[in-house]
Amino acid sequence: MGNGFVVPAIVAVTLVTVGIGFYGLRLARTTSDFLVASRAVSPTWNAAAIGGEYLSAASFLGVAGLILKYGVDVLWYPVGFAAGYLALLLFVAAPLRRSGAFTLPDFCELRLGSRRLRTLATVFVIFIGWLYLVPQLQGAGLTLATVTGSPYPLGALLVAVVVTANVALGGMRAITFVQAFQYWLKLTALAVPAIFLALQWQADARPAVTPPDGPTFRTATTVVVEHRATLTLPDGRIQEVRPGDELSFAAGDPVPEVSGVATDAADWLLPSTAGDDDRGLFATYSLILATFLGTMGLPHVLVRFYTNPDGAAARRTTLVVLALVGAFYLLPTIYGVLGRIYTPQLLVTGQTDAVVVLLPGAALGDGTTGRLLAALVAAGAFAAFLSTSSGLLTSVAGVISTDVLGRGSVRGFQLATVIAGGVPAVLALNLAGLDVSQVVGLAFAVAASSFCPLLVLGIWWRGLTDLGAAAGILVGGGAAVGAVLVTVFGPPLSGWPATLTAQPAAWTVPLAFTVMVAVSVATRRRAPADVGATMLRLHAPEALRL
Amino acid sequence: MAAADDSVPAPRAGRPEVSGQTPAAQPRARIVLAEVSRREDRAERTRAELAEQTRVGDALVRGLVRAQFALALRLSLVVAIGLGGLPWLFAVAPAVGRVTVLGVNLPWLLLGVASFPFLIAVGWAYVRLAERNEQDFTDLVQRPER
Repeated sequence: MGNGFVVPAIVAVTLVTVGIGFYGLRLARTTSDFLVASRAVSPTWNAAAIGGEYLSAASFLGVAGLILKYGVDVLWYPVGFAAGYLALLLFVAAPLRRSGAFTLPDFCELRLGSRRLRTLATVFVIFIGWLYLVPQLQGAGLTLATVTGSPYPLGALLVAVVVTANVALGGMRAITFVQAFQYWLKLTALAVPAIFLALQWQADARPAVTPPDGPTFRTATTVVVEHRATLTLPDGRIQEVRPGDELSFAAGDPVPEVSGVATDAADWLLPSTAGDDDRGLFATYSLILATFLGTMGLPHVLVRFYTNPDGAAARRTTLVVLALVGAFYLLPTIYGVLGRIYTPQLLVTGQTDAVVVLLPGAALGDGTTGRLLAALVAAGAFAAFLSTSSGLLTSVAGVISTDVLGRGSVRGFQLATVIAGGVPAVLALNLAGLDVSQVVGLAFAVAASSFCPLLVLGIWWRGLTDLGAAAGILVGGGAAVGAVLVTVFGPPLSGWPATLTAQPAAWTVPLAFTVMVAVSVATRRRAPADVGATMLRLHAPEALRL
Repeated sequence: MAAADDSVPAPRAGRPEVSGQTPAAQPRARIVLAEVSRREDRAERTRAELAEQTRVGDALVRGLVRAQFALALRLSLVVAIGLGGLPWLFAVAPAVGRVTVLGVNLPWLLLGVASFPFLIAVGWAYVRLAERNEQDFTDLVQRPER
């Protein structure tokens, strides 16, 4: 706090984003420019743009926060976020590009020729888009509040307004350049401070990440509790804390055990084992399934594939994205691990999502280097909010303007953008206190249980029918949506019900596939007559010029 | 769209290998095309077969789709075993989690570092093999005599 570089850095990122947006606006002349950048985007730019759009607040802040809190078991988040692109590459990338579909609803109509299925897909695109937008805005509010002390709603509203205006005025063309720029900014913003942090850790004589007596405070620290929790103090006393409580610790004091957090070294360091808790293993596999299969169903991811010139380019672009995203995900782990040493107070406050933003200052001190790096990280975090929200907003607004408002005009798109940006902004202001990555994980679960089966079966199986697809999306996706609503708004659960709703993918994805196949087989007369032509279009190489 | 060469009738009789219901595997399709190849303008002919959804064209496309899908499934099996096996391994053999390499516990290295190059390698292999499948298909259509 009181870092004079942070606000200028955030303002600079925002201005550059808006600036490139307006530069792009001058180039955008037609509706097609607006929505798909006229397909004139080179593969390198496109891959960086996809990476920039994909690496959200959940990746930039959330993953490190989760690692700080839970340890090795949540490394599956970054692995899964990257592996999602492999699944996309293997099963979807080239055929989807060849289909010529711009959005998921387009794909439904193109493959199965059903308007009603299109409407259903539209509803799911909007739900997933909003579910994914809320944590981005939350992250913005949290970051701005952490680094400048501003009230939480300010950051959330700032990002919502900037992104909505930018998308409404610049469209996709602008967004491509903005996103590509933001990938490199995000990578730099994590990589450079990580080098300094590693050097600092060396200079501090490599303090143990998991000291035998548990984590300790390195400096005298006053903690203001943000979430209700139960602490187990070192002398064995149990203390209930509520938001607003202040706790003071002297340098060298052990960090009290916090309920629900892996304070114990072994819990944090070692993977969950069989026998003692099968729910842990189930949750891990569920998470793997959701992230591996959910990426292909995210609305803002698919839109990008349309900007590739052909199927082979789509494949190569996806591979580059996989490499870019994989390189990025090496970094949050470093922050999560070093956070155990330098910012253990976050375990008590519960604001573990702030670890990336606070760590440079905490580890490197209040000197110019520490402040500059803290400002760089804050700028990177803002790039993450702006880019992912822009991508999501573009796709949700695109779907709303064509399928709900029914207009293809630029003005219709602008109106749709305002609608698409307003709802999550209101939600974000009223929902605080959810882990950023957890909400994003739920969005993945819904996508994996609705659009993943639709895409995979639609691309590879001739027998898919419109009724089968609709039934699968309704049952599988509906179950996942139900689980999300129970997790977010429902009463606190424990035991198996809690696991099944917090990580639903392991049962909702197989359910969706089963229902989709079973109903399609039962209604096989409804399979489109032109399925052969569609298959040819999806899979034949462009070199044939059919 | 390639010019549909309607004047050359597709010789449908005497080719039990290619039935629309049970699509022939690729080698079978090649035998069929050897017949077609005796005609002039073979590549155009095959393209027209594809575009018109004749049984030959349909069988060709089914072969390509099947080859690509099998490839995708094989590689996802590699990932399912290579990565998906890890939680199970750590669960049934906790000792693996305690192994340290260069002072870092093995699960951290495997998940936090090694998994990403592994995914990229699988993706790279897929792009190569999928493009080879497509090249085979293109060759088959354009130079059916081979």
